[in-house]
Amino acid sequence: MHAIEETIKETCKKLWDDGEVNRILAWEKGLFDHDAAPALFRSRERISHLVYNEHCGGNLSKFLIKEMEKEGKVLVLLKPCDTYGFNQLLSENRINREKVYILGVPCGGMRDERGLLFKCLSCKGNDFKASDQIIESDLSVPAPVPSGEEEKLNKMTAEERFAFWRGQLSKCIRCNACRNVCPACSCIKCVFDNRDSGIETKANSDAFEENLFHIIRAFHVAGRCTDCGECSRVCPQNIPLYLLNRKMIEEMNERYGTYQAGENPEAKSPLTEFKESDPEISAEYGKGGVSSC
Amino acid sequence: MQIEDNSNKEFRPLILAFCCNWCSYAGADLAGSSRSSYPAEVKIIRVPCSCRVNPLFLLRAFEKGADGVILAGCHPGDCHYSTGNYYTRRRMALLFDMLDYLGIERERTRVEWISAAEGAKFSTTMNAFTQTIKELGPNRKLRDLRCMP
Ligand code: SF4
Ligand code: SF4
Ligand code: SF4
Repeated sequence: MHAIEETIKETCKKLWDDGEVNRILAWEKGLFDHDAAPALFRSRERISHLVYNEHCGGNLSKFLIKEMEKEGKVLVLLKPCDTYGFNQLLSENRINREKVYILGVPCGGMRDERGLLFKCLSCKGNDFKASDQIIESDLSVPAPVPSGEEEKLNKMTAEERFAFWRGQLSKCIRCNACRNVCPACSCIKCVFDNRDSGIETKANSDAFEENLFHIIRAFHVAGRCTDCGECSRVCPQNIPLYLLNRKMIEEMNERYGTYQAGENPEAKSPLTEFKESDPEISAEYGKGGVSSC
Repeated sequence: MQIEDNSNKEFRPLILAFCCNWCSYAGADLAGSSRSSYPAEVKIIRVPCSCRVNPLFLLRAFEKGADGVILAGCHPGDCHYSTGNYYTRRRMALLFDMLDYLGIERERTRVEWISAAEGAKFSTTMNAFTQTIKELGPNRKLRDLRCMP
């Protein structure tokens, strides 16, 4: 890992000297060893503070939105999984490809103080879906391990599921971290910041409010969620938000064909498209049935 | 304010029907003028297109005390704006899946395609839906607890 960090620093310095980029979005050492913090490097001397180790789990692509207002190109370090979020932002015109230089950095699975990150157990692989240059290495991402939680939920009765979600969602403190970290949540004016919406930022005042925030957010990111797992990672209450997102993805794949958000910035998300032959919503509520009345 | 004792009264659901201006709303009119009845529990809200209905509208309706919400639009292919109801179809299918996943009775929500010429379908649909909701009983899961009787 150390050799990779050195190569990254060298590459950054070279690109800086060549005048290719004038700032660098990467990580620096945080308070503890296990929390490398996202940082913007604005001078060549600062590059020596750059770190890249197995604690760089965050996705830097969303920070690029702010960088678009500035002059010149920004260099960003992206791991293979981060490039999905990047493409998603690109397809929503939140960032300008011309103003970004992507340095693809290899990943062997990221950790926090408790071990391998949960999101790394469902890694999408070693491929970069966007890059200008890739740092070569023999690191390889961890093999996927199915969580099994989805099946458990699918087997429950409606009452059990309701109780499960009640228990989980009522833990929410409405810190909005899940929204703030999400690469699909890049709206300039979020509905949860709009007082008139009635679901603005506040801790729930009644039971329904807890559900509402999560239903709406999962719905807003449906078709755009890359299943990056960042929301579940940052939730201070350990709410398994990935279960909601994966359910949406699973249903869309089943009905409208497999689609991976962020894989290709040109592709259209299932909810912005339709086919005349789409399955009907049946009165019997069986999938694909035809209305009975 | 006097608090009514509802315990031994028959359950009268509150049903909200979002009806597209170009078809189902006219269908309701036709049902009226051809004197076929639909339950008084059904309250209609006219929308310019079924696609205008934001999933939040349905959730909000449940929160404010609706026991069932039905969305009625033009048959696929007949949308006044050409394609609106195709989006509705995808969107609502997904919303219903989500509600189901959260353990909320899926029968409380429905989408039906009712044209302006289908007055009879309008009344049978509303009757059937109201019956379903009556059997399900009051919506307790999604209601704002502060509004509970
Ligand atoms: S997994 Fe979570 S953070 Fe990642 S795109 Fe989906 S909703 Fe956003
Ligand atoms: S929650 Fe919805 S409105 Fe808010 S940022 Fe995410 S997608 Fe946009
Ligand atoms: S991060 Fe967790 S606690 Fe915070 S708003 Fe999201 S779900 Fe709620």
